[in-house]
Amino acid sequence: MEKKYVIAILVENQPSVLTRVSGMFTRRAFNIDSLTVGETEDPNYSRITIYATGDDSTRKQVMKQLRKLYNVKEVKVMEHDKSVHRELALIKLKNDPQTRQEVLSAVDIFRSKIVDFSPSTLCVEITGESSKIEAFIALVKPLGILEMCRTGIVALERGSEFLNSDTCVK
Amino acid sequence: MILTGAEIVVETLIEQGTDVVFGYPGGQVIDLYDALYTRSDRIHHVLTAHEQGASHAADGYARVSGKVGVVIATSGPGATNLVTGIATAYLDSIPLVAITGNVPNSLIGRDSFQEVDITGITLPITKHNFFVKSVDQLADTIREAFAIAKSGRPGPVLVDVPKDVQKAAFEYAAAAVVEKTPQRKAKDDKLQKAAEMIAASEKPYIYIGGGVITAGVSEEITALADLIDAPIGCTMMGLSAVPNENPRFLGMEGMHGHYASSVGQDEADLIITIGARFSDRATGNVAKYARRAKILHMDADGAELNKNVSVHLSMECDIKDALGRLLGLVESRQHPEWMARIAELKAEEEKQLREITPEDKLTPYALIREVSRHTAPDTPVATDVGQHQMWTAQYYPFAKPRTFASSGGLGTMGYGLGAAIGAAYASGKKTVLFTGDGSFGMNLNELATLSANNIPVVIILMNNGVLGMVRQWQTLFFDRHYSNTMLTDRKTDFVKLADAFGMAGYRISEKSELESVLTKAFAEEGPVLVECMIDKDEFVLPMLPPGGCIEDIIVKVEGE
Repeated sequence: MEKKYVIAILVENQPSVLTRVSGMFTRRAFNIDSLTVGETEDPNYSRITIYATGDDSTRKQVMKQLRKLYNVKEVKVMEHDKSVHRELALIKLKNDPQTRQEVLSAVDIFRSKIVDFSPSTLCVEITGESSKIEAFIALVKPLGILEMCRTGIVALERGSEFLNSDTCVK
Repeated sequence: MILTGAEIVVETLIEQGTDVVFGYPGGQVIDLYDALYTRSDRIHHVLTAHEQGASHAADGYARVSGKVGVVIATSGPGATNLVTGIATAYLDSIPLVAITGNVPNSLIGRDSFQEVDITGITLPITKHNFFVKSVDQLADTIREAFAIAKSGRPGPVLVDVPKDVQKAAFEYAAAAVVEKTPQRKAKDDKLQKAAEMIAASEKPYIYIGGGVITAGVSEEITALADLIDAPIGCTMMGLSAVPNENPRFLGMEGMHGHYASSVGQDEADLIITIGARFSDRATGNVAKYARRAKILHMDADGAELNKNVSVHLSMECDIKDALGRLLGLVESRQHPEWMARIAELKAEEEKQLREITPEDKLTPYALIREVSRHTAPDTPVATDVGQHQMWTAQYYPFAKPRTFASSGGLGTMGYGLGAAIGAAYASGKKTVLFTGDGSFGMNLNELATLSANNIPVVIILMNNGVLGMVRQWQTLFFDRHYSNTMLTDRKTDFVKLADAFGMAGYRISEKSELESVLTKAFAEEGPVLVECMIDKDEFVLPMLPPGGCIEDIIVKVEGE
């Protein structure tokens, strides 16, 4: 059965690592829904978070193939109930006096914020789980989304579970 | 001592145990070739006719010697010409280090003359690759390349060295030969479970692949087979691991496997798979593969477990260690009924063989068996790809591990001649190449390499005037539409071709000539080409159609 899952990958901070990781997905016909990459607490490593869809055996194959890549140090599934998942979206909407109040209440209800305001447009920043962001998007879509970008998911395990066992404070 | 980057490359290769390299010079490796020139007493460079030939030679060298093969090429087209050779080594898990030159760092990314992103191009076909940005990383990078190439499941590694790095000077100190990274050891409880599965089996079948040759466990395999009274089948990559004359050995299974091997595997209740990866050519339709059997799978690469076929017990492990321990856990068993059934299948196979090999005809079978009377147990045998390759895999009596060099996973036509060159250097012995007129046409330029170096390769060229394997499919599955598989219009005279390249050439047209001509050919000191005229309607049989299962097995075909 196809399921969504989030994998955190600790990689050596070197050129072409992102290509190696994403290329592995392409050539083995695995899907990626979103991918984020950034620095970690240790400058020698970057952390890639991949949000993907697949059944159990595909997920296991993905993990094994990732572990075979030379610059990959650690691979772990970020289980939904044992980790914090977050995504950020910037959404530019029409600044129309007729709908402005509706936008403002949506922003308020979803605990998001207005980060840019011009006579014709306004920009909302919203952070949360993907489902929350999707709910917000569905709500404001009829009001006219002009432009939008999303970061993709980042995830960190709750409590004293760590991806990088070398640098973590036990 | 302070050396240039180019000198560091060559010194590091020597330090890591390389005594022969294959390659082709060019603009961005002139420095490297200068360093080879001044060290030619310690490292021998073989100039090929084309970089692809050099890559196959390094691959053949690795397959036969068990060492890491090394190939050198210049930037741009030199590097891209390696691609097929690197992919061939990747699909068959052959340890290879490819060194390429590139334009200086200052010209990278500017579409400079003969610049190509070879690390980008080879990313999906190497175990890993490196672009060496500065000379201080050079020696360690090459050492790491060797370690990666030969550790675990081996594979090719490419190291791209820009020209300014080859020219820069840096301190070099020789280091020890890098060790293989230790592999994971099989867990006790899993080995115990394996022993239980074996104890419960009435029809065990040992199924070996190329991983058995890599792990060097031929003796353990035959010991296990004797202990549990099981037959041994193999993939094409597993050929030569167990001597064909071993009565338990059934040969290759799969699409063109031996009848007894394929049917035996289908009837088994336990398939003990060691160092094989259930390729589609080996399994046919996976839904119908091994329906009656439990599968036990040991492999050096954990990602191969449950990848193509779901198995009952899997172990990512050091195969040698695991088999050694398993032998201590397994009790002696006898399976007289099962072995009688295997004998029955072998008899049926013999009968089928007699039907497709008339006594008086120059058949591939007669040719290969006669060639084998002129070879020694340790003679390396290389092949190209196609019908002749399958016939060799089926009929040549392999006796020792690492005597077979053939492109399994990638199926690279044009592989053979280069591979035979590498095999001859690795063994220092007369080497046989079985090839076909199609495959041979792809890279016959390497005849120049044979001649120039007087390399003792006996080329057995099966000329049927067609691209036989594709034609066989056209006969069976495409209503005999022989689209672009006729080669007779080429009018190539292979005996004259041999002469043009400065080597002896012979032709065999009748079966009666076999013995005398082969005796003359094998008596030649240097390279020799023997063209054998084969009927275009000789088929590779049996055949399991692609995606088919054992019930679909074809054992006889009528020709035109």
